[in-house]
Amino acid sequence: MKDSPPHSHRRACLRIVLGLLAAWFSVSFGCSILFREWLDANAPQVGSAPFGFWMAQQGAIICFVILLVVYAVLMNRLDAKHGYAEDL
Amino acid sequence: MTQDQLNFIFIGISFAIYIGIAIKSRAGSTKEYYTAAAGVSPLANGMATAADWMSAATFISMAGTVALSGYDASRFLMGWTGGFVLLTILMVPYLRKFNKATVPDFVGDRYYSRLARGVAVGCAIFICMTYIMGQMRGVGVVFSQLFGISITSGVIIGGAIVFFYAGLGGMKGITYTQVAQYCVMAFAYTIPAIFIAMALTGNVLPQIGLISDYTAGGEVVPFLEKLNNINTELGFAEYTSGKLSTMNMFCITAALMCGTAGLPHVIVRFFTVKNVNAVRKSACWTLLFIAVIYLTAPAIGAFARVNLIERLHDTSYQEAPYWLKEFEQTGQMAWIDKNDDGKIQYYGPSKSVAGTHAVFQGKKPSYATLKAVDGQLVGKHGQRLLANEVDTSNPNELWFGNDIMVMANPHMAGLPMWVIALLMAGCIAAALSTAAGLLLVLSTSISHDLMKRILKPDLSDQDEVRSARVASFLALAVAVYFGINPPAQFIAKTVAFAFGLAASSFFPTLLMGIFSKRMNREGAIAGMLCGILFTFGYIIYFQFLDGTPDQYLMGITPEGIGFVGMLINFAVAFLVSAYTAAPPKEVQEMVENIHIPSGSGEASHH
Repeated sequence: MKDSPPHSHRRACLRIVLGLLAAWFSVSFGCSILFREWLDANAPQVGSAPFGFWMAQQGAIICFVILLVVYAVLMNRLDAKHGYAEDL
Repeated sequence: MTQDQLNFIFIGISFAIYIGIAIKSRAGSTKEYYTAAAGVSPLANGMATAADWMSAATFISMAGTVALSGYDASRFLMGWTGGFVLLTILMVPYLRKFNKATVPDFVGDRYYSRLARGVAVGCAIFICMTYIMGQMRGVGVVFSQLFGISITSGVIIGGAIVFFYAGLGGMKGITYTQVAQYCVMAFAYTIPAIFIAMALTGNVLPQIGLISDYTAGGEVVPFLEKLNNINTELGFAEYTSGKLSTMNMFCITAALMCGTAGLPHVIVRFFTVKNVNAVRKSACWTLLFIAVIYLTAPAIGAFARVNLIERLHDTSYQEAPYWLKEFEQTGQMAWIDKNDDGKIQYYGPSKSVAGTHAVFQGKKPSYATLKAVDGQLVGKHGQRLLANEVDTSNPNELWFGNDIMVMANPHMAGLPMWVIALLMAGCIAAALSTAAGLLLVLSTSISHDLMKRILKPDLSDQDEVRSARVASFLALAVAVYFGINPPAQFIAKTVAFAFGLAASSFFPTLLMGIFSKRMNREGAIAGMLCGILFTFGYIIYFQFLDGTPDQYLMGITPEGIGFVGMLINFAVAFLVSAYTAAPPKEVQEMVENIHIPSGSGEASHH
């Protein structure tokens, strides 16, 4: 029962979700809020913008889009592996 | 051709397109009415969701908010985009698999309870209602400025148009209309930004311009350094560092994100595509289209602030650019010559002992309507006189509304008239698309969740669509009424209410319903009620009763309290469910089933 398709699919899916959530948290709350002041002072500037400020106003949003693309690609690959694939 | 005529032509053409689309794709069955029969392509749904998401307030005042508060405004930028990450990876694929028409449907079935469904319906109606009131007001204001009619008739005309295509077209009609509206909005927003970026920094892309050098006049300095210098010279806080505490910033951003992921009118948008795979693709498109606008907003805000201050500060009124006078006429800018030198001075709070920078008493300028030829009183330099009492505690003389940063952009950059006309059409598109999406959720909540599921289960398919149309008419009538007579104090607090409520009720309840097999009826209801009561109590105490800022819980403002409400909801729900019976077997099987991504197309429970 333990390794039947729904269970292994669900576990793999949960791993993807947790990984992406960690990335989501670190770009938004991490870089842009909690460690912003440290990053503003110590990290390399983006163009002429302090790193933390740039992350908060532009970088985080760009990362969000990338995260969703990664999610769609990984999940579709996972579905195909477990035989759940459906075409558009 | 005058500006007014051009505005008429642009808006007329865009309306003709919207209505044409709505008639061509109007809905026949309940499935088409509620979810466009799940036949929308991911790309089209992405555009439609982006248009639905960006309201008139986002379109017009977001850049102004960024311009005014610099780093602090990042909470909105991140909150309203980051929420889509939560929404996509935690909610919509599973809710789409569940395959029902509305969000309260899921709550009702998952927690096998009419009470839970009832609470969810109440929340959905409340959230949509608070939102739609602001939209109707926005439509009215834009119409009244454009055509010189009263705001009342502006709101009524806007309401009639929205009813025409949302009420008749259903989800299918509004989805394709929103695709057209997104295109209008995106062009209207980005074209002026590109021209200004070229003028100020020599870069075509506004986002690059923001982080490169300021090249328009004088020495070449990094643009943000220039902005910081201007801000500190005039007595404002540095642009790139914020004033909010880290704790408060964290909580507000979290509340906006979780609130976004729990907004019923956004979630239902993803029920319109074919299957779970399409949901994921569609979410990518949605966020990409939203990012186009949200990445431009900080650039527009920063450019407009520099432009505005450079053009107006320490300039004599008579030499000021023409648009200052135009915006004075419409009440969006105002100047009071406090030191009587005929020049405009713009100063921030640290230029006065009192730490204020209000130009006059009160929040908005008011005017004396007297016997002057055009009904306006004019001062000795030709400026429009205010009826407000002057605030003498500081030297700041220039007042402008948040909307100016977007609305004045084409004027400041000296762009051709058609760009201004396009911007007007964009404003109206933003307000109409959001109002239509909300109206649809309101009407389905009333006809489907309230009438069919709770009050009259024997309603036929056709009667249901008919009652949805009647419901949308009634909901719109209420929204129009409040658009004409806005509960002013209330509208301004909409953000705190809508997002606080969504974050403390829908988000945790849906999340636990999807990921926990053990979560039962008792836990979910107790959690929802505690979360809502806490959040509501806090907001009402501080916004409407006599709560003062020093009583804030750990310095968290009402905007961010939804996050704490959400934690309370989770805690109470898990505690209560641990001591009560597990949910019935078929519900547990249902939870298992929604995690299997395939098969969402066939299984219809209607």
